[in-house]
Amino acid sequence: MALESQDIRARSATTTSVPPSARHFQPEVSKLIDLSRCIGCKACQSACMEWNNLRPAVGSFAGTYTNPPDLDDQAWTVMKFNETEVDGQFAWLIFKDGCLHCSEPGCLKACPSPGAILQYENGIVDFQQDACIGCGYCISGCPFNIPRLRREDSRVYKCTLCSDRVSVGLEPACIKSCPTQALSFGAREEMVAQAEHRLEDLHERGFSQAAVYNPAGVGGTHVLFVLPHGDRPEAYGLPRDPRVGPMLQLWRSTVARTLGVVTMFSVLVAGVLHYMRHGPLEVPGDGDDASGRKGKEVHP
Amino acid sequence: MRPRKPKEDLVLPDGMILRHDNGERVVHWAIAIAFVFLFLSGLAMFSPFFFWLSLAFGGGQSMRFLHPLCGVTLAVLFYPYALGLRKANRWTAADSRWVANMFRYMRKEAHFTDTGKYNAGQKLMYWSMLPIIALLLLTGIVLWQPWFAPSFPPGLRRAAGLVHAAMAFVMFVGIGVHWYAAFWTKGSIRAMVRGTVSQAWARFHHPAWFRQITGKDP
Repeated sequence: MALESQDIRARSATTTSVPPSARHFQPEVSKLIDLSRCIGCKACQSACMEWNNLRPAVGSFAGTYTNPPDLDDQAWTVMKFNETEVDGQFAWLIFKDGCLHCSEPGCLKACPSPGAILQYENGIVDFQQDACIGCGYCISGCPFNIPRLRREDSRVYKCTLCSDRVSVGLEPACIKSCPTQALSFGAREEMVAQAEHRLEDLHERGFSQAAVYNPAGVGGTHVLFVLPHGDRPEAYGLPRDPRVGPMLQLWRSTVARTLGVVTMFSVLVAGVLHYMRHGPLEVPGDGDDASGRKGKEVHP
Repeated sequence: MRPRKPKEDLVLPDGMILRHDNGERVVHWAIAIAFVFLFLSGLAMFSPFFFWLSLAFGGGQSMRFLHPLCGVTLAVLFYPYALGLRKANRWTAADSRWVANMFRYMRKEAHFTDTGKYNAGQKLMYWSMLPIIALLLLTGIVLWQPWFAPSFPPGLRRAAGLVHAAMAFVMFVGIGVHWYAAFWTKGSIRAMVRGTVSQAWARFHHPAWFRQITGKDP
C-alpha cells in the first residue's frame, strides 16, 4: 500500500510538502485484544504467517510455550506466555505481542527517509520497505520494541495491521482466525466502547483491577488491550507509560533541524560578508593595496 | 627570544620553506574528502530537506552503508595525524593573547609577532576536534546498523543519535571556519596542496616558527 490510496495522514521525514490525502472520510480503525478471553492457541500467529507468507526460523525450546522466542522480521505477532505471581498464586499472563499502531508513532518521528513510514487516515502505521534505508532509527524510536531489521535486505518489518486486507474491506488475518473472540476489529469508537463494556463484566467476575490499555503518552494506540490485571501492564510486557521521549523529540524537532541547518549555512554567509568587508589576509606587498603601502615597510 | 639553531632541512634549495610534508598533506586531504562525504550523507539523514543528497551516494541504502565506513576512515586517519601535531599545538601565553585579540585580528587591526607554526585559532580547531571526533566515532558505533546497534539498549541509541547530530553540527561549524580561514589567509591552501610557503609568508604569519627554522629574526 502506498501513496496511490491518497489517504495518508503522516509521512516520515516529510516537512516540505503535504502527502496526498484526498480521502479524509475514512473512519479510524482499531484492533481490540481481550486478553481475558485469550487461550493462547496461536491461531492468530499462524494466520499472520499464512496471510503475510512469513516463515520464522525454527528455534529451540527455552522452557516456555513462547515460540519463536520473540518478534522478528518473519514473526510480526508472537504469543508471549508470561509466568508470574498474582496474589501469591501462579498466573499465566498470555499476551499477543506486535505493533500497537500508535497515534503519535515514535518510529515515524525517528525515520530519516521520506515516505518509508506512513500513517494512514484510518490510523494504521505501515512501513514501506522500498523506501527504507536500514538505519534502524525506528527501532530505537519505538517505545514498545516492535520493529525488526531483516539482515538479508537491511529493511525493517513489523505488523501492517493487514493494511492490504483492511483497504479492501476485510478484517486482519489474525482477527479472522481467533476461535474465542478475544480479537475484534472495527471502527475505533466501537472498539473502545466494547473494551469498556468488557471491563464491567471482568469487574463483576472479581478482576477489580482490569483495565483498557490505550496509552495517552503516544496519543492512544490502534491496538487496544483489555488487561485482566490492568494495574500491572509490565507483567504482560507492556510499558506502564510509553512515550516518544524528549531526546527523540529534540533530535527530530523541526526547530532544532532548521536552526542547525541555518546556523551551518550562516557560516558560509558570514565568510562571504567578512571577505567583502575586509578582503584577504595577505603578506604585505603581495596584493593590491589601495594605500600603495609596500610590504617591506609594515612587516612585523 | 633566544636564537635557535636553524633547521636547514626545512628551507628548500629554492628558498621555499617546507610547511607540510608529503605524508601530512596526503592524510590531510584524505580526511577532508572523508569529511565532505560524511557531511553530505549526514546532512541527508539529519534533515529531510536534504535527503535528495542520498542520490549522490547511490540511494538511501548505500548511503547508510557508506556513512559509517567513511566515519571510521576519518577517525583512523585523524588520530595518528593529530598525534604528530600535538607538540606544535601546545597552548602558550602568546595564544591566549591571540584569542583576546581575535576579533581585531579578523578585522586586520592586530598582528602578532610571536605566532608559532600554528596560531591560536588553528590550535583551538585542533584541540576541539580531538574530543568531537571521538564522540562522533563512539556514538556512531552505537548507531551502526546492522552490526553494532543491536547490542545497545534503545535509550542509549536515542541519546547517541542526539549527541551524534549535535557533535556533527559543531564539527561542521568548526570546519566551516577552518575552510574560510584557509581561503582568507592567502598562501595557506598552497601550503596544504604543495607543501611549501615563501619565507615572507612564514615571516608574516608565523614569525616564531620562521625564527625557529631559519634562525633569522623575523
